[in-house]
Amino acid sequence: MSDKSRIRPSEITPESVYLDRRALLAGLAGGGVLASIPALAQPVMNVSVIERLDYTRSVYYSTDEKPNSFRDIAGYNNFYEFGSGKEDPAEHAHRLRTRPWTVVVDGECANPGTLALDDLLKPHALEERIYRLRCVEAWSMVIPWVGFPLADLIRRFAPTSRAKYVEFTTLHDPRQMPGQRYGVLDWPYVEGLRIDEATHPLAILAVGLYGRVLPNQNGAPLRLVVPWKYGFKSIKSIVRIRFTERMPATAWALSAPREYGFFANVNPEVDHPRWSQKSERRIGSDNPFARIPTQKFNGYEREVAGLYRGMDLARHF
Amino acid sequence: MHADTLTRRVAKPIVFVLCLLPLLWLLAGIVGRAGADLGANPVEKIQDTLGIWGLRLLLATLAITPLREIGGWPRLQLFRRMLGLFAFAYLLLHFLFYLFVDQALDWRQLVADIIKRPYITVGFAALLLLVPLAVTSTRRAMRRMGRRWQTLHRLVYPAAVLGCVHFWWQVKADVREPLIYVAVAALLLGWRVAGWWRRRRARAATSAARVSRSRADRDARQNQDAAGPGSPVHGLPE
Repeated sequence: MSDKSRIRPSEITPESVYLDRRALLAGLAGGGVLASIPALAQPVMNVSVIERLDYTRSVYYSTDEKPNSFRDIAGYNNFYEFGSGKEDPAEHAHRLRTRPWTVVVDGECANPGTLALDDLLKPHALEERIYRLRCVEAWSMVIPWVGFPLADLIRRFAPTSRAKYVEFTTLHDPRQMPGQRYGVLDWPYVEGLRIDEATHPLAILAVGLYGRVLPNQNGAPLRLVVPWKYGFKSIKSIVRIRFTERMPATAWALSAPREYGFFANVNPEVDHPRWSQKSERRIGSDNPFARIPTQKFNGYEREVAGLYRGMDLARHF
Repeated sequence: MHADTLTRRVAKPIVFVLCLLPLLWLLAGIVGRAGADLGANPVEKIQDTLGIWGLRLLLATLAITPLREIGGWPRLQLFRRMLGLFAFAYLLLHFLFYLFVDQALDWRQLVADIIKRPYITVGFAALLLLVPLAVTSTRRAMRRMGRRWQTLHRLVYPAAVLGCVHFWWQVKADVREPLIYVAVAALLLGWRVAGWWRRRRARAATSAARVSRSRADRDARQNQDAAGPGSPVHGLPE
């Protein structure tokens, strides 16, 4: 990755482009007859905070593929807490209040605590990582996250030798997250990583996107990004990080154990029981109809394959 | 204007255009006009829109007979074939889109999909069931086939069931939407089952009455010890 990881400036959607587009759409929605046409009013994204972040570019860990537009990333995703349609998060996430926000860090560690978000983030320098994201539904994007290595955060809390896993929990508040009013999943959403996965340099906690504070629908104010696993592992709007000895019971694995496993590594050789994982559709590509082959570990095989040496990945899917 | 003429000349063209609207919206989205927006994943949007309208129109077709009988609106019958053919057209486009665009005619993948993925298998089966119905939807076929036409067209029932299953099996966790379709299909098919059950019981009651009557006749004859002409009503089908 390091040899071809330079980002050409031309490949990144300039901020002015997506901000202008939003201003235009907001203008349309603001008044006039056009706003009454749902198809026109719909693309307005509820981005409440547009806060610029200070960060450096991580060339080593970034892909040189063309990132998706802000509009695609913030307008088409899964966040079941706001509904199961892929446009639901953009429509409903404005209800989420991301300030004040506290995160509980506990379990098998020497320095547990309840931290205000700012205190949690303060020691960490932010960097941009342009990662591929492969959804279990066979579509993919390229996303310029802003965040910091999860390993750096884990180190601060000094997990003990009993900490074999890290468990993450999303906020549970049906008033802010209307999707939680229905038992579509067993709320709150829980995800987990083995400790060696969690401390891998590719695993990050993200707070931003395209150099700005994360839009609510993308998991503000704090989310996990594990680029070699299917998207549902990258849990959003985290309120709790817990070190455990036992493998956490994760949301999708609980919901359909035959279809979603704990590891959920991107793997074209192991199909979902109901659909093929051999190829994917890259959202926003020049030919929206084309499929591209899915890569093992989402193209991060060289970096992460060692974590799974000797494991039968068809069994531990 | 006579109500029949009004239905044929005014209501039918309106319903025809209404049935075309989802397709026109997709076409507008493809060429990027009229504010139609296919969103970030146009392939998925087109595929889902064609499929869901196919299923909706299929259920609408199935609703014609119950509504006609319950509501006492005989003229609803005039819309049934059009709705059925539109349902078939949307579902055929849904399949062709999957074939030519989604899978881009990757035959190996396609055959694997149809065999290995139950939701694709049932969807494909539903479409196959509808083919003979579309082919025999003409007035001429109806006349030529007589009673067999009705029997053949009962294939629409399993097709609707398979269509609902096809929808249900693709949902990851949130089954609320497919549940609505399943409920509607259950209602429409349940109404038919109830009618069939009622007729069967009525038939059974009539034939039971005939059996007891003929038995009484026979007893009477035996009592008279005289041979009269036999009862002709035994076991005649209706």
